[in-house]
Amino acid sequence: MKADPKGVLTGAHYLDGDHAITEGALAAGCRFFAGYPITPSTETAERFAERIPTIGGVFIQMEDELGSIAAVLGAAWAGRKAMTVTSGPGFSLMMENFGLGAMMEVPCVIANVQRGGPSTGLPTLTGQADMMQVRWGSHGDYEIIALSPNSPQECFELTIKAFNLSEQYRVPTFVMTDECVGHMTEKVVIPPADEIELTPRRWYDGPKDEYLPYLPDDDMVPPIIKAGDGYRIHTTGLTHDERGYPVINAECQEKCVRRLLEKIQKHADKIIEIEEEATNNAEVIVMSYGITSRVALKAVEEARKAGIRVGILRLITVWPFPEKRVNALSKKIKAWVVPEINYGQMVLEVERCAAGQAKTIHVPHGGGWVHDPADILKAIKEAVR
Amino acid sequence: MPEIRFSGYGGQGIIRSGFIVGKACSLYDEKHATLNQAFGPEARGSACSAQVVVSDDRVLYPYITIPDILVSMSQEAYDKFEPELQKKGLLLIDEDLVRPKPIRDKITMYAIPATRMAEEMGNRIFANLVMLGFFTAMSDVVSADAMRKAIPGSVPDRFLDKNLEAFNKGYDFGMALKGAKKEPSPQKKAQAEPKAKAKKA
Repeated sequence: MKADPKGVLTGAHYLDGDHAITEGALAAGCRFFAGYPITPSTETAERFAERIPTIGGVFIQMEDELGSIAAVLGAAWAGRKAMTVTSGPGFSLMMENFGLGAMMEVPCVIANVQRGGPSTGLPTLTGQADMMQVRWGSHGDYEIIALSPNSPQECFELTIKAFNLSEQYRVPTFVMTDECVGHMTEKVVIPPADEIELTPRRWYDGPKDEYLPYLPDDDMVPPIIKAGDGYRIHTTGLTHDERGYPVINAECQEKCVRRLLEKIQKHADKIIEIEEEATNNAEVIVMSYGITSRVALKAVEEARKAGIRVGILRLITVWPFPEKRVNALSKKIKAWVVPEINYGQMVLEVERCAAGQAKTIHVPHGGGWVHDPADILKAIKEAVR
Repeated sequence: MPEIRFSGYGGQGIIRSGFIVGKACSLYDEKHATLNQAFGPEARGSACSAQVVVSDDRVLYPYITIPDILVSMSQEAYDKFEPELQKKGLLLIDEDLVRPKPIRDKITMYAIPATRMAEEMGNRIFANLVMLGFFTAMSDVVSADAMRKAIPGSVPDRFLDKNLEAFNKGYDFGMALKGAKKEPSPQKKAQAEPKAKAKKA
């Protein structure tokens, strides 16, 4: 399915990452936005407010972040492609309903323009410290998908990809950017609408009286209907059977929740996108994501000048984590170097998947700025010592 | 790979200046340009700045480290950012708003009464465009053509002509200053002499 030209601002633009998220969403067919302004994500909402009414969409400034994500879930059930955007404190407030979205299997997109935390932390300055929160922040067992852009161009592209994945797997999907990329302005090329491939919603097309809202297809994802179109539906945060009715026992829990996990886990190879360079002959690999991946490249260039064989693995998909690949590469290298703007989050995944086969060296940064490439270089040198 | 800092006080269009230069470089001069704005509690009236990194290759590190060019449109911004300017760097100031210290480290400084020129056009709001014209003339960062293409859409449509006029004023002022610095060509000399005589007469 191709994009609707109405939402596609084809051409070369000079845009910041926040605005590029809006343009990606509109190109992907998003026609409902509910949000509550918070630095450094407000520019995304502002652009939605300006643009979405002109192409037949709805913008609502909600009373808070709890309402924002709830409205997004409702709009998705009513048939719209919907999203919201926030930053740390708002992200924390949305946690309960992320779980509801995962449990009710609602296709929707949430962007988090990360800033320094905890709490209100550094409102205007960058951070990457919500990477574990996005995966585990809501209670119970569930899976989500999260992507991490490192430029305004990728903010545009990965927001489209996020919508496509959320439709394919009926799961809340996250664009985990940060203040630096959000407020960075660069060239963004938006292609013609007929070059933008979209994943349509998985509409149910069987007989009305036979519809079961949680009867999955072969790929474990159930088709969906639009609330109000005359189908009998029931959806709930409670553990439910194929009819969507609550069934409060261990058997149903096993069936219901296991499918929520496996529909992502079993398709992880298809979902995961990573960027690798010179990993085959590497003695050390720098793994990073988002803005840190660009800063790390400066250090990698210097290390290569010093004769060190450095590979690069960049996470474009952060969750699910590319565990098989990290495990396989760990057999061949001395060490991983993992810079990130937090005190140790994705590095824990690297360590887990390396399973003792390679050293893992973390290069932390508390937030407020990006790394000094010299600190990453130092870690690379230490890795091969 | 020049690193540029535009600085002044909030409300002068400093961020907009960085935006226009970045847009001109990356959309019309086939270079890569990354703009970052100092994002703090800056408000109208306090020191603010925009950072632009321009490169033939993709910009990796997104912030400026040691700026090669500093544009200052207020004393406070000059005082704050001048010390970080690269040795032998380029310094452009609004001569009515900045009282510079003695030149250090072979820095090249040029001055323009940008705000006064904008006021003569009717509104000081155009001072940043005068400065951008001057910047375009005095640095090799961006072509005047690319700048003239980048201005439409970057300023309110109803003031486009005024903004272009302001840009041209600053550009011409810079080119004239550059011409005066160089050894005048015989032709220009010939043209200049009668005028000089006329003045004497």
